[in-house]
Amino acid sequence: MVRWRGSVGTRRFRGERRASTQLRNAARFVGAAACAIFRRVKSPAFLLTFAIGTGWALAEEPLPAKIEFNRDVRPILSDTCFKCHGFDPKHREAGRRFDTREGALAENDGVRAIVPGDLKASEAHLRLRSTDRDEQMPPRKSGKTLTARQKAILDKWIEQGAEYQEHWAYIKPTRPAVPEVRDSGQPVRNPIDAFVQARLAERGLKPSPQADAQTLVRRVNFDLVGLPPKPEEIDALANTGTPDAYEAAVAKLLASPHYGERMAVPWLDIVRFADTIGYHSDNARNVWPYRDYVIRAFNENKRFDQFTIEQLAGDLLPKSTQEQKVGSAFNRLLLSTEEGGAQAKDYESRMLTDRVRAVGTVWLGHTIGCAQCHDHKYDPVTTRDFYAMGAFFADIKEASIGKREDGMLVVPPAQEAQLAKLDGGIVEAKKQLTTVTPQLDAAQQQWEADVRLFEATLPELRKDAKAAEVDKTAARKAQDALKKEPKDRNAKDKDAIRDYFRSKATALFRKEIDGVTVAQRERDAFYNPLPKCLVSVSDKPRTVRILPRGNWMDESGEVVQPALLHFLPQPKFEDGRKLTRLDLAQWLVARDNPLTARVFVNRLWKQFFGVGLSKVLDDVGTQGEPPVNPALLDWLAVEFMDSGWDVKHMVRLIVTSHTYRQVSTASKELLARDPENRELARQSRFRLDAELVRDNALSIAGLLVPKIGGPSVKPYQPAGYWENLNFPAREWQNDTNENQWRRGLYTWWQRSYLQPSMVAFDAPSREESCAERVRSNIPQQALALLNDPTYVEAARAFAARIVKEGGRDTAERIAWAYHQALGRAPRADELQVTMTLFGKHLALYAGDGAAAEQLIKTGQAPQTADVNASELAAWTNVARVILNLHETITRS
Amino acid sequence: MDIASEHQQFRAQQLTRRAFLGHTSRGLGALALGSLIDPALHAATSGSAPDQWKGVISPAHFPPTAKRVIWLTMAGGPSHLETFDPKPKLREMHDQPMPESVTKGKQIAQLQGQKLKCFGPQLEFKKFGQNGTEICELFPELGSVIDEICLIRSMTTEAINHDPAHMFMNTGTIIAGRPSMGSWVSYGLGSEAENLPGFVVLTSNGKGGQNQPIAARQWHSGFLPSRFQGVHLRGKGDPVLYLTSPNGVSRAAQGDVVEAVNTINRATNQIVEDPEIATRIAQYEMAFQMQGSVPELMDTAGEPEHVFDLYGCKAGDGSFAANCLLARRLAERGVRFIQLYHKDWDHHGGVKEGITYKAAEVDRASAALIKDLKQRDMLKDTLVVWGGEFGRTPMSQGGSGRDHHIAGFTMWAAGGGIKGGVVHGATDEFGYSAVEDVVEVHDLHATMLRLLGIDHKRLTYRFQGRDFRLTDVRGEVVKKILA
Repeated sequence: MVRWRGSVGTRRFRGERRASTQLRNAARFVGAAACAIFRRVKSPAFLLTFAIGTGWALAEEPLPAKIEFNRDVRPILSDTCFKCHGFDPKHREAGRRFDTREGALAENDGVRAIVPGDLKASEAHLRLRSTDRDEQMPPRKSGKTLTARQKAILDKWIEQGAEYQEHWAYIKPTRPAVPEVRDSGQPVRNPIDAFVQARLAERGLKPSPQADAQTLVRRVNFDLVGLPPKPEEIDALANTGTPDAYEAAVAKLLASPHYGERMAVPWLDIVRFADTIGYHSDNARNVWPYRDYVIRAFNENKRFDQFTIEQLAGDLLPKSTQEQKVGSAFNRLLLSTEEGGAQAKDYESRMLTDRVRAVGTVWLGHTIGCAQCHDHKYDPVTTRDFYAMGAFFADIKEASIGKREDGMLVVPPAQEAQLAKLDGGIVEAKKQLTTVTPQLDAAQQQWEADVRLFEATLPELRKDAKAAEVDKTAARKAQDALKKEPKDRNAKDKDAIRDYFRSKATALFRKEIDGVTVAQRERDAFYNPLPKCLVSVSDKPRTVRILPRGNWMDESGEVVQPALLHFLPQPKFEDGRKLTRLDLAQWLVARDNPLTARVFVNRLWKQFFGVGLSKVLDDVGTQGEPPVNPALLDWLAVEFMDSGWDVKHMVRLIVTSHTYRQVSTASKELLARDPENRELARQSRFRLDAELVRDNALSIAGLLVPKIGGPSVKPYQPAGYWENLNFPAREWQNDTNENQWRRGLYTWWQRSYLQPSMVAFDAPSREESCAERVRSNIPQQALALLNDPTYVEAARAFAARIVKEGGRDTAERIAWAYHQALGRAPRADELQVTMTLFGKHLALYAGDGAAAEQLIKTGQAPQTADVNASELAAWTNVARVILNLHETITRS
Repeated sequence: MDIASEHQQFRAQQLTRRAFLGHTSRGLGALALGSLIDPALHAATSGSAPDQWKGVISPAHFPPTAKRVIWLTMAGGPSHLETFDPKPKLREMHDQPMPESVTKGKQIAQLQGQKLKCFGPQLEFKKFGQNGTEICELFPELGSVIDEICLIRSMTTEAINHDPAHMFMNTGTIIAGRPSMGSWVSYGLGSEAENLPGFVVLTSNGKGGQNQPIAARQWHSGFLPSRFQGVHLRGKGDPVLYLTSPNGVSRAAQGDVVEAVNTINRATNQIVEDPEIATRIAQYEMAFQMQGSVPELMDTAGEPEHVFDLYGCKAGDGSFAANCLLARRLAERGVRFIQLYHKDWDHHGGVKEGITYKAAEVDRASAALIKDLKQRDMLKDTLVVWGGEFGRTPMSQGGSGRDHHIAGFTMWAAGGGIKGGVVHGATDEFGYSAVEDVVEVHDLHATMLRLLGIDHKRLTYRFQGRDFRLTDVRGEVVKKILA
């Protein structure tokens, strides 16, 4: 895994590597001095602004007075040195390591890489400045270089004594003192504001004022329940003078059953919840009750530690409840295959690695998966850690390949009793039949002999027979079997003959024979529609070995037992006790675990500000990003644990802070200094997630069916979209009942072909844990919002509302429509554009009634009979404009 | 990953354009929308630039010889032993046990635990071209262009089942969710297509084999931004999903709606200055243009008769041949990466009949593509690659077929700086293992990128704290096959 820099010649960030040609030329033009700025503000736009001379003076940012290892040095070492001089002993060059102070200071062959306080004696200092190809570090072939500033940081650090710090994420978080903030000009409503504003003051920035009621209510509605507010809710806040009106609104939203739906969306992404198995045939499996479990858990504000334990080990809890077992479906959400020729050992290994990666991402924020083939290059995760983690899941009963089982029934006890009764009915009916079997068999023998003797054709197969196809098939099988000599018949033949004889050819013992069929049918009719869910069931554990270089065919590796990551605090276990998933889960949420709480609150932060305090949500290891405001992250993590892992408490804290309530607009200066809003001197604005784009449109249209939970649903999908699925070939059937207008999170999640409007808006396939969705802006989004029948139907339903509820004249109706969709009055220009469009299209459709009729018939929603067709069609296009606006799909 | 950086590029381009070129306006052009919009407002707020991605590789790491790629994926796993890799020894050994020394320690799919018997080539081979290259006689058209082609007879791969093997061939890893090669190339180089996506996928079915499923993840952009994902152009229904305007909405009326949306968005952007809005405006323009340009692309009826003769198809018949013709049209329009999937190559049984069907479906069309590109002077900078996700066993399965096989198989490449008329590498005398000049999938990727002017080690993307590459940690450019 050689890591290379790009052509800019500076350390590059995600954003930077996308810089345009012009930008890169500009970067080259301003040279090394600019790199410092590059590094600090991470903004090509800013750099460019500077480069083309529009106002920002360049100044080399002074080095910090005291170099801090974690903040200043580790990122440099991790990115440029650890790969060859790090944790992985197999790839450690010259025996030198820089991940520990001992390693860096050690004398190897008379050479000391770092001599604290003595630059001249430090080989590293010399190597970093060498131009000799054999000597220079990093070596040319690594493709890495250090900037002048980075070298200066390392020098100063050596001069100051080359002190190391433990990686920030491994230091147990303690509650930092809340800083005092003076004269920020904005309120400090809770400690979050204090931490944020104190840092802003250090950076010479000021917090922004609170957003207006429209923006704020819309924002908090999308963030907490994923639905737009009713205009009345905005008015209520705008017009209520009481100081806690906003807090009251938040409390109401937190108590809404839609809160759980909103919170479930990112959780379902990260646990990779989907309705299908993923590989090859990508067939269905039963897991939807797990989604209901997640929604319920957030709504009931289940403690996060309990939530964690149930998902990893709900089945292992003493006297575990059905609910807890459904939670343990988490362990079953991985990918599986039914492909012919797939090898069990191969998939056993895939499933193990799949689970380890998921636990690493969901709770630990670590890319443990890297240690599948070799010790981690950047973090202290060893290959042994990896497989020992996998061994926790070796007890889960699961076929390595082939169809998944139906899973556990998820029903109330009364239904279980009813099922047991029906099962008993079958047993009883079979017993009855057994008593008459000897006579039946004798009669069958006689019948068989007759058929063979007369070479009779069974009635269903006669030329003029009017039998159903299924009966003909059964008869054909029986006839073919009867043609064989009795000794040549296999089990299938015998069954075919017996089934045919009993169902068609004999009048004997009808009651006994039909009794079994009826009992079975009754039982199936009751059982088939019952909810079922794949859950964890503990079984004899599979043997887990370390697979050399991840190769499942190599069985030479050592057998490992379940064990916790060796470099994190370990609880004391009795000697020799084999650890279980329950131990793993409890360790994840142990007070000593430095990762879980931080990782969760960081993701939570992202939901409310668009970017985490540490930006890399799925990696808080050394290659991740140290948090922008470490004290705030730690305070939040400790508060989360101290509150009893109370998620609603954390959400409330965040959304009632002033930081959250700020406007999302920014001055040019602020935009240039902090384009990604890492400092939080304002709120962020971002496009709604895929599910919410849908929910918002259906809600505005008045079509949304707000039912909570249940099996997945199938909204409109273009015909033939599944043409490349097979085994079996399938066609999606649009739901024709109220399920057509359910919320986006209930959409059937077909991993290999996810519903295309969802794909367009970046819903992930959920084949792997997804901590952070891509948030793109692509033409497919325009095509979906303009042309997907879901949105056209929503527009025509919205149009009907506009005509019926929006008042009498056009301007009044347009104003009403804007209030419904955006919670505000239209601007003059908006009014003008929409009115002009309406007028033009009214004339258009008045002259083309057929086109009008076509447009207003889109979708399955009931037709609006009492509005003139051309008028409704014109309003439909006005509604399409409003539903397509950037502001409509943006939370700001 | 994060949109913020995308904005930054967009913003940077905008700023630069404004600074150096002054304001440019690119509205919906010819559409008669003037009546809809206050001209003053339009003028004041116009200035959205086309949001065209220029790629991160600029300047190129090497002088590129290929500008675009057409990758003909023969899905299901073609038998190299009945197509491009003649094995007289295997014919001699027909029906005899396969020596254990050949198969020991190797991965086996459906033949696990079965007796392994040699299965001689089921079809005859014939010499073609200046160098007398031997290929199956059912591929005479490819034989006629064999001097343009480099046969790679020493391919290997790592995954033995269809789905993971496609993933490996497309993304260089068997972990789902990584970017496919078309996405990498689009990310690296951008697209020259004005109104079309940079990475386009076409699929076709044949007869004679098993119609194995193909997942959309095969052309997904993985952790790269979604704009780089492949767009599946479909033979039936809307060629691009949601391409057609709603019933009862004419192109002009749709234009009115789009322009109204963009006009309001422009005005909003004046107030809040959000680069996302500028991008959104550009995307609506792109979408609207695609509504016109894609049907134009798909409508091949205007092609002259001799072109249909060359490919052996009728306009829009959904065949592999028709897709090859579309591939040429896409290439002409500047699309960077064009991937065709032709299915049903999975011959567990009846390999002889199967390949006979396949040859009829692909021989003429694949050769036509090469000839057509050549006569348009486009073969020199268009890399054409042909092959499946793996090959087939030299052992029989069920007496008439062959199982999946990863230790050695054949692919071929032509154009775009590939040396023509050569055979690279070889399998052992049984056609089991690649033994000479072995080419791994990563090597093939590295070579493709090299032809496009990219150092495969320098096309990276930071994800989960690591700089990922299409070639993962491997990949050597196969220099011997470069012209």
